[in-house]
Amino acid sequence: MPVSFRFDPVQLPPEAVALREEVRAFLREEIAQGSFSPLGTGRESSWSPEFSRKVAARGWIGMTFPKEYGGHGRTHLERYVMIEEMLAHRAPISFHWVADRQSGPVILKYGHEEVRRDIIPRIMRGEASFAIGLSEPNSGSDVFAASVKATPAPRGNRDGWLLNGTKIWTSNAHRATHMIGLFRTSPPTKENRRFGLTQFVVDMTTPGISTRPIINLAGRHEFNEVLFQDAFIPAVNMIGERDMSYATATAELAYERAGPDRFLETISVLNELVRSAGPEPGERLAEGIGREIAHLKTLRRMSLSVAAMLQAGKTPAVEAAVVKDLGTNWEQALPGRARGLLPPAEGDESYAAVMRFNTLIAPKLTIQGGTREVLRGIIARGLGLR
Amino acid sequence: MSDSSGGSNIVVETTQRILRDRCTPALVNEAERGEFPAALWETLEESGLTLAWVPDEFGGAGAEIADGFGALRAAGEHALPLPLAETMMAGFLLARAGIACPAGPMTVAPVHAADAVQVGADGTLQGSARLVPFARWAGHLAVPARRGGEACVALVALADCAVKPGQSLAGEPRDGVVLHGVRPLELAAAPGLDADALGVLGAAVRAVQMAGGLERTLNMALEHAVTRVQFGRPIGGFQVIQHALAQFAGESAAAGAAADAAAEAIAAGAALTDAEVVAEVAAAKIRVGEAAGVGAAIAHQVHGAMGFTYELSLHQVTRRLWTWRDEFGGEAAWSIRLGGIAARAGADALWPLVTGTH
Ligand SMILES: Cc1cc2nc3c(=O)[nH]c(=O)nc-3n(C[C@H](O)[C@H](O)[C@H](O)COP(=O)(O)OP(=O)(O)OC[C@H]3O[C@@H](n4cnc5c(N)ncnc54)[C@H](O)[C@@H]3O)c2cc1C
Repeated sequence: MPVSFRFDPVQLPPEAVALREEVRAFLREEIAQGSFSPLGTGRESSWSPEFSRKVAARGWIGMTFPKEYGGHGRTHLERYVMIEEMLAHRAPISFHWVADRQSGPVILKYGHEEVRRDIIPRIMRGEASFAIGLSEPNSGSDVFAASVKATPAPRGNRDGWLLNGTKIWTSNAHRATHMIGLFRTSPPTKENRRFGLTQFVVDMTTPGISTRPIINLAGRHEFNEVLFQDAFIPAVNMIGERDMSYATATAELAYERAGPDRFLETISVLNELVRSAGPEPGERLAEGIGREIAHLKTLRRMSLSVAAMLQAGKTPAVEAAVVKDLGTNWEQALPGRARGLLPPAEGDESYAAVMRFNTLIAPKLTIQGGTREVLRGIIARGLGLR
Repeated sequence: MSDSSGGSNIVVETTQRILRDRCTPALVNEAERGEFPAALWETLEESGLTLAWVPDEFGGAGAEIADGFGALRAAGEHALPLPLAETMMAGFLLARAGIACPAGPMTVAPVHAADAVQVGADGTLQGSARLVPFARWAGHLAVPARRGGEACVALVALADCAVKPGQSLAGEPRDGVVLHGVRPLELAAAPGLDADALGVLGAAVRAVQMAGGLERTLNMALEHAVTRVQFGRPIGGFQVIQHALAQFAGESAAAGAAADAAAEAIAAGAALTDAEVVAEVAAAKIRVGEAAGVGAAIAHQVHGAMGFTYELSLHQVTRRLWTWRDEFGGEAAWSIRLGGIAARAGADALWPLVTGTH
């Protein structure tokens, strides 16, 4: 049997190295102009259509999208470098983030030509933003238990579907222009309980869709309940084949799970810990910092290696789960370990501020995008145990 | 995903083939009883592996640095009870110091930072080294030694030294070597090749060996999980076991990636004490060392009592993991160093330190 997961080393091509400098210069300039704060205290919103349009103007949204849809046709490695710089500097990229990471690629791969021609250029201009409509009140980890219905309903001469039911925990549904949602189009079969679900691109301005805020424990409004009441969507908005979403969902997850966003969310803790520690920390503090850097460097290499797998046309779903599991566990534990090294009240003000915020958001990191337990199940299957 | 046999290149394949056939659990146990596995050593020597890191003009095989690391990963996988890594490292030092390499097993010292060696005014060495791997089986020792302010490499005949036998956790020779008053066979100035440089090389080597060992123990645990039946099903059918093995697989993969980073940094050819090389190697020794602790513990838990026996060969690998963690600097020492580098560079240079220059 012997199996193991390989994350082969990646040599960044010169164009990616050059791009890093370009992105760093751009971010330095934006920070200097006060367009955002790199601190990551959660005081500022990471949702900024203005900033996203600047990023778009640089050609950094849809970098890997093919040229024939107005994309830049650049490599996953270049995109990797660009996003890790954005994330490490805590640039406010939420507006275009989901669209660039997964919705765009999924539409390109499985969407109708008409929808591709319509949406992809808007994503690339920083005008379309996406929410992810998977979770429901009774369907969390068990995604394939989704029950929000899509029923065929021609309207005039247009084929289409009517959506009815409630999605929940939908991040940014109150401000995104679109959603890719998972809907029940047929009952599951005896042989395949994952059968019967179909993804659609949903225009959030469609009549019959409303959102209700859910305030999170940090006191912020990011996720929502989304209610569908006879909301009509055109048939061309279907993604992939009817009832067959289970077959295409894995590709999306490979995009969603292995990126540097899966270990850089609490990175300001480490930055500010180092700042507070000063140039000559005691041994104990130095040791703690060194350990975290060792983890971070390794996670980054693994994530970069997954980007290279994507570039090679593979679908590294299990490898992506490995990186997300390691990455989210690490970033989640970081504030707690920092606290053990330097209590928040004993560091700089900026350290105290990032510790406050990141301690509060830590619990979500091993839940969103697939829980730790779900990921370990996927890895175990990859190991041949299930 | 792939099988655990590593890369597809000839050096690594040769090593894998030799070790798969010849480095059996029985041979590893015999070595622990004190028998030098001479026949296997000769095979390795004939294949050119032992001097893989020595260029042709110094009598070596002149293999790529990266390929040498690939072979050492295989050695770690198979719990090779021979000074292959040590001979390769000795060759690395000697050749770079312009000293021709003798045949036969060699080793290196110091393994522990406190054991500094000096060259006295009369040209003999001062100092001693603890826990020197395989010293009693080796003919020669390569030692970075200081002559005044100058870094030198000395080639020493172990027959000229007092050797006090000791053992690692894995039952491998780790001997005390008294160098005091010993006149080296060769001594050459070698800028940049000081004890710290050997520490960096040794840490990278141990990280790579551990990565191989971890992959092997993971595979043993997986194999056991699908064959051992309790409560009417293979224990691998229980979710807790699945999740423990999933975590182990993550640790093993992280160890592999971190070890690759260290090997790659050294293979790129900068000085061993170059700041970026040090950062990569430090990160690797820390990360792999942690993974070794977590992975070995899971491997034993999954194996139950059987894993605690001498009969099962699991211990041949896990005891080496526990040994290698501590050699050429443990996680704590490297963390202090890496943390210090980061602190001196400052918060705004932290991210560039993480990404490196590529
Ligand atoms: C900040 C945040 C943002 C989110 N944004 C979105 C979004 O934009 N769109 C969206 O669709 N969803 C979103 N989610 C929802 C997220 O995908 C779900 O929370 C997640 O899939 C888990 O579902 P659940 O919360 O219902 O927990 P449950 O599935 O009820 O799980 C509860 C606990 O039980 C464990 N568990 C469940 N099943 C098993 C099993 N078989 N074996 C072992 N353990 C199990 C879980 O791991 C977990 O620990 C978001 C969540 C958070 C926290």
